[in-house]
Amino acid sequence: MRRVYPNKDFCIGCHICELACLTAHSESKDLIIAVREEQASGLRPCKAVYEKGPVCVSLSCRHCENPSCVTACISGALYKDEETGRTMYDERQCVGCWSCLMACPFGAIRRNQAKGKIIKCDLCEGRDKPACVEACPNAALSYEDR
Amino acid sequence: MLFKPISQNFNDFVIDRDKERCINCEVCVRQCSYEAHFWDDARQCVNHDNTKCVGCHRCEALCPTGCLTIKKNPADFRDNALWTPTYMKYLYKQGDTGGILLSGMGSPSAKPIYWDNLQLDASQVTNPSIDPLREPMELRTYLGSKPDKVEIEQTPDGPKLKTKIGPQIKLEYPMMFSAMSFGSINFNLHKAMAMAATELGIVYNTGEGGLHPTLYKYGANTIVQVASGRFGVHKDYLNAGAAIEIKVGQGAKPGIGGHLPGEKIDEEVSKTRMVPVGSDAISPAPHHDIYSIEDLLQLIYALKEATEYRVPVSVKIAAVHNAAAIASGIVRAGADIVVIDGFRGGTGAAPTMIRDNVGIPVELALAQVDNRLRDEGIRNWASLVVAGGTRCSADVIKAIALGADAVYIATAALVAVGCTLCGRCYTGKCPWGIATNEARLKKRQNPEIAAKRLTNLVKAWGHEIQEMLGGMGLNSIESLRGNRDKLRGIGLNEVELDILGVKHAGR
Ligand code: SF4
Ligand code: SF4
Ligand code: SF4
Ligand code: SF4
Repeated sequence: MRRVYPNKDFCIGCHICELACLTAHSESKDLIIAVREEQASGLRPCKAVYEKGPVCVSLSCRHCENPSCVTACISGALYKDEETGRTMYDERQCVGCWSCLMACPFGAIRRNQAKGKIIKCDLCEGRDKPACVEACPNAALSYEDR
Repeated sequence: MLFKPISQNFNDFVIDRDKERCINCEVCVRQCSYEAHFWDDARQCVNHDNTKCVGCHRCEALCPTGCLTIKKNPADFRDNALWTPTYMKYLYKQGDTGGILLSGMGSPSAKPIYWDNLQLDASQVTNPSIDPLREPMELRTYLGSKPDKVEIEQTPDGPKLKTKIGPQIKLEYPMMFSAMSFGSINFNLHKAMAMAATELGIVYNTGEGGLHPTLYKYGANTIVQVASGRFGVHKDYLNAGAAIEIKVGQGAKPGIGGHLPGEKIDEEVSKTRMVPVGSDAISPAPHHDIYSIEDLLQLIYALKEATEYRVPVSVKIAAVHNAAAIASGIVRAGADIVVIDGFRGGTGAAPTMIRDNVGIPVELALAQVDNRLRDEGIRNWASLVVAGGTRCSADVIKAIALGADAVYIATAALVAVGCTLCGRCYTGKCPWGIATNEARLKKRQNPEIAAKRLTNLVKAWGHEIQEMLGGMGLNSIESLRGNRDKLRGIGLNEVELDILGVKHAGR
C-alpha cells in the first residue's frame, strides 16, 4: 500500500507539513482559522516533526501491517481497512482510553484534549495526495508504494 | 538592539509582518539563518530585528500565510549624487571593522550591459523564417580545436574522413554549467549539476574544489578544473572528466586568488579538496609555476600527457584590457578552448572594490578575442566560451553571434534553484542552502528538485534559442557563430560599435 515516507536528509524542519495537515483536517479548511480557532478547541496535526541538531524528520502513522494500536483498542474504534490497507479510526467509537497511544511504537497518535478522543493520520481520505506531502517545500515527504 | 554601534542600525531592509494574518507558526524563525525573526517571550508572539535582515526573502517565500514582505528601508539619507547610501555604508562599515569590504555574487554596479544594446535580426519575405516546431533545428555544439583543412579519402564503403580531429566536448545545447567549487557550493548542488548536465547532454565544471568520489560516474559530463591551489588535483581526477580547464583568472575578481574559509571545510570537502578540516583553503592569485605563455604551454601539455591526449584542455581568463593578445598566446600554447569570464561573473567572496572596479564587460572582450584570432588565422584552433552574468537565452544567442561557441551559466543556474542574490555567500549562512555546507542549511537543496529545475532552465533556453534562430532564417547554431551581421547596436557610440564589430541599427 501507499504510505507517506519521510526523508530525513531533506527535511528542513519548517513544520509546514504540520500546518498542512491541520488545515486539511479542520472544519474551515482555512489555515489562519484552523490555527487560531480550531486549534484552541483541540484540533492537532497528525504529524509531528522531531529534531535533534541538524537532523529533522516528520513522523505520522505508519499504517502498519499488524498494527499494535488496533490490537490495543478496547472499543473497536481503530480497525484495518481490508481494501485500502489503511489503519482507520472511527471517532464516534473512541472512548479516550489512550491504550492505542501507549501501544503505538512510533508515537504517531495524539490527543484531542478538548474532545477527549484521539487524532491520527488517515492519509487524507478523499485526496489524491496527502496534504503534508503536497505542502512539503523540499519533497522530504513522499507518498509511495514501497 | 539599542546598544549596537549606531552604524549597524542603518539597516538596508525592513520586515513587514501583517499581524492580521500571522499565525505565530515560527516558520520564519526557523528559516532565517540570520536570526532576524525570533520568538518574543515577553510579547508571546513572533517578532523581528530589522537590523539583522540581509534581504534574502527566504522567510517571505516560506511564510505559509503570505503575511511577510521584506522591503527596502524607506529611511533615506539626504540626496547626494556623489555620496550615495552605498558608499556611506561602506565607510561606516570600514570605520567599524578596519577591514577590506567583502561581497558575494557578481558586480551590481551600473555599468553598461552591451547585450541590452544589441538587437537581433529577423528574416522577412526573402530567406524566410524557419518554423522550429516543424523543421529540425540544430543546437549541438562541439568544443575543441578544429583542423585547418579537412581531407577526405575514398574507400570502397564511400568517402571517409582522413584528417584526425582532436578531442572535443559534445554539447546538445550551447550552454554549460560554469565552475562552482565543491565547498563554495555544497555537495547537493554539485550532484544536481552533474545529474542535470547528464540528462541534458551538456557538461558542468567542478571549479577548483576537486571531484567528490561519488560523482566520478558523471565524468563524461564533467569538466575538471585545475586552479592555482591545485586542490583535489591528482591523476584519477584529471582522467575522470570530459575536459580539463586551467583557471588562470575569474571575472568576478581578476588578479585575485580564492579563499575558502575554514568553516566551510567539513569532512567531505576536506577529503575532496585534499586539505585539513577547518583550515582555510587559499588559492593564490598566480599559478606559482606560470609566469609566461611558455610556462602555460608546459602545463597544458603536462595535462594532455597525463590524459593521453584524450580530452581537450581549456584555459579560463578574466576579461581584461589586453584579453585578445592573451587569448592568442593561450591558443598558440595549445589550448583547445579559451574561456573569457566577464566582470559580472559571480563568486562566493570577492573584495568589493576589485569586484566593482576591475575587468571589462565580457561582450567587448569576446568581440576583440574573436577578431584577433580570426585576423591571425587561428580561430579554428580553439573554441571560445564566454562566462559572467548571462541572464537569458537572448544573451546566449547574442554571445554566439558575437563569436562565442558556447556560454557558461552559473548565477542564472543558482537563481533557478532559489538564490535571491542577497550577496552574503561569504558568510556560509546562505538561507537557500546554496553557498553553505552547514548541515542544517545545505539540506534546503534537494538534488532531485534542483536537478529538475536546472534541466528545465536549459531546456527552456534551448527552445527560445531555436525560436530566435528560426526567426533569423537559420536552422543551426553553427550558422550563427560569429555572424555579426545578425546583430545591430542601439545607442552605442562609434568606438563601441567598432570594438564590437557590429553596425548601428538602421544600417
Ligand atoms: S514540510 Fe517537509 S521539510 Fe518541512 S518539516 Fe515537514 S517534512 Fe520536513
Ligand atoms: S512564517 Fe508567517 S505566519 Fe508564521 S510566524 Fe512567521 S510571519 Fe507569522
Ligand atoms: S534575512 Fe532573509 S529570512 Fe531573514 S528576515 Fe531577512 S529576508 Fe527574511
Ligand atoms: S548563493 Fe545564497 S548567500 Fe549567495 S547570493 Fe545566493 S542566496 Fe545569497
